[in-house]
Amino acid sequence: MAKYKFTKNQEKEISGILEKYPVKTSALLPLLTLVQRSDQLVSPEAMVAIGEKLDVSPAYVQSVMSFYTMYHTQKVGKYMILFCINISCQLNGCDKLLEHTARKLNIKVGETTSDEKFTLHREECLAACTEAPMMRVNDTYYGNLTEQRIDQIIDSLD
Amino acid sequence: MTQILFKDINKKNLHTMKVYEGIGGYQSLKKAFSQKPEEIVEAVKASGLRGRGGAGFPTGLKWSFLAKDVFPRYLCCNADESEPGTCKDRELLLKNPHLLIEGMILCSYACRIETGYIYLRGEFHDLSLIMDKALDEARAKGYLGKNILGSGFNLEIHTHLGAGAYICGEESALLNSLEGGRGEPRMKPPFPAVEGLYSKPTVINNVETLCVVPYIVNEGADKHAALGTEKSKGTKLVSVSGHVKKPGNYEIELGTPTSELIFNMAGGIQNDNKLKAFIPGGSSVPMLPADKVDTPYDYESLAEAGTMLGSGALIVIDDSINIVEATLRLISFYMHESCGKCTPCREGTRWLHQIVERIMQNKGQLEYITKLEDICDNMAFKAFCPLADACVAPVVSSIKYFRSDYEEYFKNVPAGVAR
Repeated sequence: MAKYKFTKNQEKEISGILEKYPVKTSALLPLLTLVQRSDQLVSPEAMVAIGEKLDVSPAYVQSVMSFYTMYHTQKVGKYMILFCINISCQLNGCDKLLEHTARKLNIKVGETTSDEKFTLHREECLAACTEAPMMRVNDTYYGNLTEQRIDQIIDSLD
Repeated sequence: MTQILFKDINKKNLHTMKVYEGIGGYQSLKKAFSQKPEEIVEAVKASGLRGRGGAGFPTGLKWSFLAKDVFPRYLCCNADESEPGTCKDRELLLKNPHLLIEGMILCSYACRIETGYIYLRGEFHDLSLIMDKALDEARAKGYLGKNILGSGFNLEIHTHLGAGAYICGEESALLNSLEGGRGEPRMKPPFPAVEGLYSKPTVINNVETLCVVPYIVNEGADKHAALGTEKSKGTKLVSVSGHVKKPGNYEIELGTPTSELIFNMAGGIQNDNKLKAFIPGGSSVPMLPADKVDTPYDYESLAEAGTMLGSGALIVIDDSINIVEATLRLISFYMHESCGKCTPCREGTRWLHQIVERIMQNKGQLEYITKLEDICDNMAFKAFCPLADACVAPVVSSIKYFRSDYEEYFKNVPAGVAR
């Protein structure tokens, strides 16, 4: 297994993160997030490297990581579409819109397009219920969705 | 109606220090530092403020439970807003981050805390950037750091992002997550006030709760206590969503009739359909039928009506859907979010899901309802944390008030279906 190397910038960021906490282990989620934001996944090599930074075993890193739904071990699309399907969105017709989105991307929910541009997932409540139906594409929230609006959003991403 | 939190919420650039100070922001600090910390705790007690995250525990009392003379102590602001229907904290964080910082400074001074964390759900990455910027501005102004405004009081506040787990909004799970572990709840006692973050005394408060504190310090406990009802003091942000024409976050004085929120503030029911049911306090509380819509929106009145105020998320359901559809969606949520630590929750949520799904596929029978009730009975109050109880709430209340919606599915069971 090749050794994972943090970039110089990442090393600097990591020092800043570690300063926030009196106990190193607290930096585990922030470090996983840091790696995923640059690599779009957390590889076994990265888990080892994070473990070394925090004096915990790779197994510990993996066990914590597996608890949280936002970390991926497989490559995902450039744009991760999280489509809210919880109650307020359900009441406002999200099921049909999700079907429409899957059709538009020509994939099933949970899949990635063949050009690796989009991954589509169902998501539990994203705390934007007053803008239902809504979805999150990478870090951006889009509310009050309609079929036309979804088409426009997807077409505008390159 | 008096507004404490939303008075200036739509003011342009409220999230910047300049605009926030322009409307009197951070003025409470000088006033607070001229008092003893204990006096602030007493004022918050006298104000009648209760936790706005869900449990409704008296805030001042919570602060006074901190283990005596044990330091360091920590403050954790719970910004893990994930309860379906709830999106009030997101609006506060997005538009008025300095109000939260001011509230956290006051709480920390009152409780002699020198380190605070804002635990934001992972999906709030954009909000964490807004918050970090506001924290930088506060540091530059000397509202954070060493010897704040010459008071001798030191405080640092950091943001911390979760990574997708509803359960981390439960306070002990939040602590485990912040310590870098799996977000599983802890056995209580000890309560966080005695052994919390890093086993030190810890205050955990919701965003909205902390945002009320500057008002109490500025205007006095009496003025806060004069708002609302005799027992439910102050105002509440209510996220109104679902089948309403104007969904949104609205600030009301506690005790305002629920019907006022639905039919006036939120503009009434979509397509002029009829109101069928409403869930007053987020997905974790029992739903009520339309004839209870005049129930005053406060802790006691909603409890008397058999439900809870919870996080203040009013989900409105009209007569265009069968209530079982909505119930299954909620069960599905809790099944997905159960951390798996306690058997009644881990297994119970799945069983409820399997049975209700079968009913909806017209493969059920009347006895399934008894089975559902029996499982609910074996889940409620039998786990470390309230997630199992939360899953039970919509099931039991939907059976209680909308039994006929379940029975609809039994009418069309094809002959010879294997049961």
